[in-house]
Order: sequence, then C-alpha cells, then structure tokens
Amino acid sequence: MSSLDTLTDAALVQRCRTGDPEAWNVLVERFSRYVYAICVKGFRLKEEDAEDVFQDVFTRVYTQLGKLRDDAAVRPWIAQLTRRLCLDSIARNSREQPAAEQDFEESGDDFAEIEEAFAVRQAVTTLGDACQDILDRFFAQDQSYRTISAELDLPAGTIASRIARCLRKLREELEGRNEPS
Amino acid sequence: MSGIYDEEFLGQRLRILRPAPRGWVRAAQELPEARRSLDEIVARAEADLAFRAALIADLEDALAQAGYEPNLRVVDELRRHLADT
Repeated sequence: MSSLDTLTDAALVQRCRTGDPEAWNVLVERFSRYVYAICVKGFRLKEEDAEDVFQDVFTRVYTQLGKLRDDAAVRPWIAQLTRRLCLDSIARNSREQPAAEQDFEESGDDFAEIEEAFAVRQAVTTLGDACQDILDRFFAQDQSYRTISAELDLPAGTIASRIARCLRKLREELEGRNEPS
Repeated sequence: MSGIYDEEFLGQRLRILRPAPRGWVRAAQELPEARRSLDEIVARAEADLAFRAALIADLEDALAQAGYEPNLRVVDELRRHLADT
C-alpha cells in the first residue's frame, strides 16, 4: 500500500499535476474499477470496446487534468467522461453494424448501484488491510473459501467468520458516516 | 443509501467493483511514459526530415530502430499525427 493511498481525491489530483508518477499510479488504481464498472455494468460494453473506452478515459484524464476546475470533483468528472465515451462507442458500433441488435438501455439503477458500490469500497479502505483483502477476494474476485484459506494461510474454518466480522465493521463504518450531525 | 447495510446489500455492492484486467490498468499507469515518448518522437520527426521519412515508410520499424518500444497507443497516435502534418 502506498502512502498516497490515503490522500483525498483533491490532494491526489494536485500531486498528479506535479508530474508525480506514483500519484498517477494511485489515481489509476483508485478509479480503475469504477471506470470498468461503468463500461461493463452500466453500459454493457463488450470487453474490447470497454478496453478502448477505459484507455481513452485515462488518456483524457491525464491530458486534461489541468483543466479540472474543482480537484475534489475528479470522480464525477471521470464518471461523466466515461459515460460520454461509452455512448460514443455504442453510437460508433451501431453505425458500423446497423443490423446488429442494440440491446443497450440506460438504467439509472445500475449507475446508482455503481455509485453506492464506490461509497462502500471507500468505507472498506478504512477497515485495515486484512479486512480489505478478504472482502475483496471473496466478493470482487469470487475466490472460494478454500482459495482464500490457501493464499492467506488461514484455517478454512475461520474464513466465513472473518468475512462476517469484516462486514459488521463495514456496516458500523457506513452507519457512522450516515448518522445525522 | 440510508439505513439498510445488511450483508446482502454490502455483498452485492462489493461485487460490483471488480478489478479491471491487470493489463489495462498497467497500460493506463504507463501513459505518462508513453506520452513522453510520443512528444519526444514528434519533436525529433519535426527536426529531422530523414527520421520523419523513415517513420512514414515503416513506423514500427523506424521506432524500433530508434530505440523506442512500439507501444500500440503511441504508434496509433503517431500515425494520426504524421497523417495530419
């Protein structure tokens, strides 16, 4: 884990503007899953189209970072950029293959869920490395108890209880965030 | 997102943000280096007509001969740049 991982989005953007390569690596890492989810879950792009959009998004982020007016708004900016490029990709494909069935229908629910997922993932980063790792392996990487047990050198019988404990901590963290001030 | 953070909700949301393919992430992280190479190649092509001619004749080969690793995106962008100028 890099020391830059704990920076706010705004601070990370500022570091990227100074040309710090490590900051850029962290920014890509921080938003890569988000961009990927918008492409494949939000817009149901095929992998090859999603890859083009993914690379275009980060190319534009890199070249246009200086134009971003509010550094703290980097995530909505990236989301907007990704959505626009996904729509361009769909339009291009329908021009190239007019007979192909375009089954995409933009669903607000999918985008709302992606936003919620990002908030949940941000909360996970406060739980410590062990919880982050086990939750990510089980839920996002679909690893079995057996694989997790082997890779983390933990008794298989403890995996479920560890996941449950981490989910409890995650729940407390999220509920604490949403308590009325 | 208020209230219901039960296991089902959390698990479902955690499943949404799956890792992007490692190669995609690495390529995006290498962008600054790729851009620097591109800028360098463009500047050299503008200053050196023989190099520019070699690029136009066989882009990948000229890049390799000049010691540049032919990154696919750099090659595409360079090809567009050479066609436009």
